[in-house]
Amino acid sequence: MIAHSIFFYVFSIIAVVSAIMVTVSKNTVHSVFFLILDFISISCLFIMIGAEFLGMIMLIVYVGAVAVLFLFVVMMLNVAQQKNQWFVSATSSEHIPVGLIISTLIFFELIIVIGGWKYKSDLFNSNNLNIISEVSNTHSLGQVLYTDYIHVFQISGMILLIAMIGAIVLTFRQREGVKKQSYIKQISRERSEGVEVLEVPFNQGVNIDD
Amino acid sequence: MFKKRQGPNVVGPFGLLQSLADALKYMFKEIIIPASSNKIIFILAPIVTMTLALIAWAVIPFGEDQVLSNINVGILYIFAVSSLGVYGIIMGGWASNSKYPFLGSIRSAAQMVSYEVSIGIIIINVLLCTGSLNLNDIVIAQQEMWFVIPLFPMFVIFFISALAETNRPPFDLPEAEAELVAGYQTEYSGMMYAMFWLGEYANILLMCALGSILFLGGWLSPIDLYPFNLIPGAIWLIFKILFLFILFALVKAIVPRYRYDQLMRLGWKIFLPLSLTYVVLTASYLFYFNLLPTI
Repeated sequence: MIAHSIFFYVFSIIAVVSAIMVTVSKNTVHSVFFLILDFISISCLFIMIGAEFLGMIMLIVYVGAVAVLFLFVVMMLNVAQQKNQWFVSATSSEHIPVGLIISTLIFFELIIVIGGWKYKSDLFNSNNLNIISEVSNTHSLGQVLYTDYIHVFQISGMILLIAMIGAIVLTFRQREGVKKQSYIKQISRERSEGVEVLEVPFNQGVNIDD
Repeated sequence: MFKKRQGPNVVGPFGLLQSLADALKYMFKEIIIPASSNKIIFILAPIVTMTLALIAWAVIPFGEDQVLSNINVGILYIFAVSSLGVYGIIMGGWASNSKYPFLGSIRSAAQMVSYEVSIGIIIINVLLCTGSLNLNDIVIAQQEMWFVIPLFPMFVIFFISALAETNRPPFDLPEAEAELVAGYQTEYSGMMYAMFWLGEYANILLMCALGSILFLGGWLSPIDLYPFNLIPGAIWLIFKILFLFILFALVKAIVPRYRYDQLMRLGWKIFLPLSLTYVVLTASYLFYFNLLPTI
């Protein structure tokens, strides 16, 4: 039990410190690396309370996919310079009130949520879930997710699909003058067609594009 | 068909001690850290690669109960650790603060992320047949028939995706010498460079082990008869890993390097739809014949 609490405190201290470092560190790429450290320590906490499936999914989805995209964007766009300019220039104070309003809103929302859990204990009745303790975590999650909550599950899948289509529509643009290769044409090329000898009419040339 | 090259044959019998000599050489070489690099991340990158390549071995079962930690979500753990492997490469490429390493690491990260998707769906195929995420249960489920027989197309796609995931030829674009010098390793020297390579080879062996556990029956003997049963499971697993590793080496000798757009097309437009279709096929087959595993 002592080892359990030692590990809990180690992981939670790492999580909190790295979460602070995400916002504090000057270099944006460092922020993303601290975010990754935060994700990893949170997934360790998940595993410690026995939610091994959630912890692993957290690692695969957030660390393996989402944070890689974050890193890509941050590295490619060179956000670090822009961020410095924002902080250095005199106009930076414009952002402070907006940020303050949003963060106080989030703070109050969190307080309301936590307060709801604390003072109204039957807000979420876990007895409705038929959790069987003998089977593993993954099985019991699947049994709840694909029976009682199948509609919610399907709706969340639809929302993700719509988000994906939206992202593709927003970034898709037809570019002019792009030369595309036909793979079938390339593969089915014969040796005899490799070289073609043409009579070139004087002062006119030939069109060799296909 | 193969290139015939003598290779190192001077150190020790048949040149077998060459790798030890190389390791010794790397240890005594000077580690050069570029002046404009980000030092902490630059040093961290090979350590991360090496560590991640090694910690995944904790859940690989070498026998009925010869496994370091027999966790319920073993396959997810391996998948998560191998998806973390991208970070070593990105960190190395970015921290070098140089063009070729950066381009190489971006290529490598995009490649690994896209081939992980098809590997994940292939794993779903196997999980449909076993009904458990535990690697030992997956091996035991193959007692009657190895999954390579019913899921042969998936085995082929898994093998090719594993080649791409570990940046082996013909998908070694991150290290394409003609285009990018040596990719993300360009600025590394001495033991740090050796650690990148050790991590890479440990990853290849891990992928071979995963392939033999998912499709070739892990530590099970090929024939369940008297003299073969006596051989311990670890030896069978090592034989299977070596078989897959030899296939990896053969592919390196036979096939020329892919172009980058062809690589992406292969991953997203061919492997992903194929493996998704096979998931539907497997699931409907198992459902129709009432073969779905119960808890």
